[in-house]
Amino acid sequence: MTIPIEYYLALSAFMFLVGVTGVLIRRNAIVVFMSIELMLNSANLTLVAFSSYLGNSVGQIFVFFVMTVAAAEAAVGLAIIIALFRNKLTLNIDEINILKW
Amino acid sequence: MSLEILLFIVFSLISVISAILMITRSNAVISALYLILNFAGLAGLYLLLNAQFIAVTQVIVYAGAIMVLFLFVIMLLKPEHEKKFLEAKPKLKIFAVAIAAIIFLQLIYLLFFSKPSESLSPEMTKSIDSGTIEAIGKQLYTNYLLPFEAAGFLLLAATVGALILAKKKIE
Amino acid sequence: MSLIEILIITLIKILIILTLTLLTVSYLVYFERKISAWAQNRLGPNRVGWEGILQPFADVFKLLLKEDIVPNKANKVIHSLAPMVALFVAFTTYAVIPIGPNVQIFGYDISLVVADINIGILYVLALTSLGVYAITFAGWSSGSKYSLLGGIRSSAQMISYEISMGFSIAGVLLLSESLRPIAIVESQAGWMWNAVVQPIGFITFFVSAFAETNRLPFDLPEAEPELVGGFHTEYSSMKFAGFFLAEYANMIIASALITTLYLGGWQIPYIEKLGLADWLVTVFQVGSFFIKVGMLLFFFIWIRWSIPRFRYDQLMNIGWKVMFPLSLINLVWVAVLIMIFN
Repeated sequence: MTIPIEYYLALSAFMFLVGVTGVLIRRNAIVVFMSIELMLNSANLTLVAFSSYLGNSVGQIFVFFVMTVAAAEAAVGLAIIIALFRNKLTLNIDEINILKW
Repeated sequence: MSLEILLFIVFSLISVISAILMITRSNAVISALYLILNFAGLAGLYLLLNAQFIAVTQVIVYAGAIMVLFLFVIMLLKPEHEKKFLEAKPKLKIFAVAIAAIIFLQLIYLLFFSKPSESLSPEMTKSIDSGTIEAIGKQLYTNYLLPFEAAGFLLLAATVGALILAKKKIE
Repeated sequence: MSLIEILIITLIKILIILTLTLLTVSYLVYFERKISAWAQNRLGPNRVGWEGILQPFADVFKLLLKEDIVPNKANKVIHSLAPMVALFVAFTTYAVIPIGPNVQIFGYDISLVVADINIGILYVLALTSLGVYAITFAGWSSGSKYSLLGGIRSSAQMISYEISMGFSIAGVLLLSESLRPIAIVESQAGWMWNAVVQPIGFITFFVSAFAETNRLPFDLPEAEPELVGGFHTEYSSMKFAGFFLAEYANMIIASALITTLYLGGWQIPYIEKLGLADWLVTVFQVGSFFIKVGMLLFFFIWIRWSIPRFRYDQLMNIGWKVMFPLSLINLVWVAVLIMIFN
């Protein structure tokens, strides 16, 4: 007896929505960013689940590219956060509300 | 109960609980710790799905590189404690959780009450070969060579961009 | 073989490897003290047992009986978690290191490696990348400036040197065409040791291994004169012993990895031409693995007591501007070799 694919998809949906909730309720820019990573990961889980239930490795290659993009995004995003912190001395996204300084 | 189901339950519980704990801790370092635990659970799930290469890459890239970067930034910046912000807007919190719950129920309805596609096979015999490093490497360097090169270029651009953004301006 | 048999055999292997490692670690500490004494013209431990041979056990008892001090400002859970992570990472890596060829015991065909998985080298890389957390957590959770500085230094150092380490390994993988450690050892038959074929990669890997294990000349995370003790300033008793054990266990892993990847693993060139009995050949081969590892360990200790510590900017310069380009040159060199000889 094996696990139906719906279970993986439901797990992934749950994690995605936890990520969405995190983005909505948290005010720390870094934690918001981590919630986005969580959402990316839940999407990855869907891709890998489909890839192995279809017996096709393309889904996993897509996950590989998603990881590349996540790494690039983390580097640039954290650099932006550091630059912001240097200028405004806060990480609260409610206080970062103007487009220039 | 077979070993596979037991492992699925263990790993999915790890992922779900750590995800929830991650968004509810007020200390950013603890949040990052739970996110690492969540990634470890996901790596276990990938192994269950016969995706060994992706599982190891998950640990190397996410846990070994990206999260270290996050921890680094959190430790260096020492962000203020967030408790007062978490308690400041209870309405917003309820609203967010409600929206998430509604979308989750919709997705569950779609998943369990729709007709599954015929090409999905419940036995995963075919997939054992498709997750090996040989299979993925072959695909990456033949059919997906151009996206692969583009990804490399993206990483280079991100490195340069991150350096320029985070560098102190010399006056 | 049935599942039960496989489980029992694996358990026996784990038990053997674990006891072997713990014994080696405790005696490595003893030899470190003896060799340092010899390098500095002193006597070293010589009171407990014959020539101080029981010193490791005395050390362990001393550490066990000490009071476990947790600073007031520390985050208690993470403070205790950090040495556990260090030990976990150190000991799980042994699972994929082969110490000899397949042997026949009681009719079973047993490979002398705990887990023969075909992504073995990636598994090692994944675990070493997790090793950063032990030190980062220790540094952050202690709630002390020195610890935090040590933790941050070490994570920057380990990540930087992981890159040249990865690229040096890529050169090995090009030649072996496999990620299985056993296949890598078998691809170095005769005198085709990777240390001979790609000497630049050997050197970059060796230096990165020193940096990854936080040994002198790269022990900036500890750096007693400037950081008091670095990331383990606030640790005492068994938790300190955990870090201590992990450091020596990492040294053994680094030596075993260097042996597997570059020094031909268990192989002795041309031993099959001597016409010895099969079991004797196996014994010699396993022995040669341990001798190679032992010599590398001696080298680790020797370097520690001969070379001063780098300054932090020097360390980063060497990592990014010397080791990284050198490992890339090595990769090109291996590719050219393959193009010429294939």
